[in-house]
Amino acid sequence: MALEVNGKSFETDEEGYLANLNDWQPELADAMAEADGAELGENHWEVINFLRSYYEEYQIAPAVRVLTKAIGKKLGKDKGNSKYLYELFPYGPAKQACKYAGLPKPTGCV
Amino acid sequence: MATLHTVNKSPFERNALESCLRLAKAGSSVLLFEDGVIGAMRDTRFSEKITQAMGDFSFYVLGPDIKARGLSNDKVIDGIQVVDYNGFVDLTTEHDTVQSWL
Amino acid sequence: MENGEGVVKKFCYINRKAPYGTIYALESLEVVLIAAAFDQDISLVFADDGIYQLTKGQDTDGIGMKNFSKTYTALGDYDIKKVYVEKESLEERGLSAEDLQALKYEDEDDDWAEKDSLFVVGREELAKIIDEQDVILSF
Repeated sequence: MALEVNGKSFETDEEGYLANLNDWQPELADAMAEADGAELGENHWEVINFLRSYYEEYQIAPAVRVLTKAIGKKLGKDKGNSKYLYELFPYGPAKQACKYAGLPKPTGCV
Repeated sequence: MATLHTVNKSPFERNALESCLRLAKAGSSVLLFEDGVIGAMRDTRFSEKITQAMGDFSFYVLGPDIKARGLSNDKVIDGIQVVDYNGFVDLTTEHDTVQSWL
Repeated sequence: MENGEGVVKKFCYINRKAPYGTIYALESLEVVLIAAAFDQDISLVFADDGIYQLTKGQDTDGIGMKNFSKTYTALGDYDIKKVYVEKESLEERGLSAEDLQALKYEDEDDDWAEKDSLFVVGREELAKIIDEQDVILSF
């Protein structure tokens, strides 16, 4: 599968995850969200950017439980809960947000 | 020019390095790479064996495999030459045959 | 029993292979991360060449493989707080605890204080730890 952004084609796997991590650019996240019928706001970007820096540091996409805890610590308790994260990313915060962030599917995603 | 023997297994894990040292003809070269680089480290249970074999063989070790495992060149036994991939290629072309001890 | 349902068993993952030369180290790490979701009592053991998985300063650029050593430092986030390294394995390889990455976790019950999760233990103590386990997985 492929995704067209800015006249360029980006390879994705069958679930829509970006094949090459280094291909990522913000416009790709917007395009993926649009395909899901969503629009990304500041709160979405907070989580997406968090995921990208988590991956940079630890070389993994965190499991949802780990993401929730870490977000709570970094961005405050009102954001570190699954209700808030599921409202932003109804398909699952780890799965959907990781996809927009250009990361592989989270390890330990059940 | 002689034979290049390559060993890619840790001496702690397999006996490939020991077999190589036992069966290689004096004057041969031995290149340690992948997990084999562990055999090139000083102060291990095997260091003494390598040092003793230096009279018979020229030892080489692949630098990128040392770095990958968090080991550094100053942990390499004195007298073992650290080479990069180009050095690996040069060694294979300089020798008549390559024997891999898997 | 953390949430009143299901039985908590003692799971132990024994890691005895160097990283990158074979797939064991990475496979073990992935299994550990997945299993961490099930709220079991997890211990990790590194012995023999497995200790090389935890060395600091790994740089895989030259071999074109992913440097997954950074992921071990995330184990604390996954509530894995018991990582045992066999002292004798370090010694016979000319290494010491200083050659290993620091592994920490944040203690929820102690105002998120950072605490060590890596313990260098002698052979006898390790044998005891392994003997206390319900399930042992070997890599």
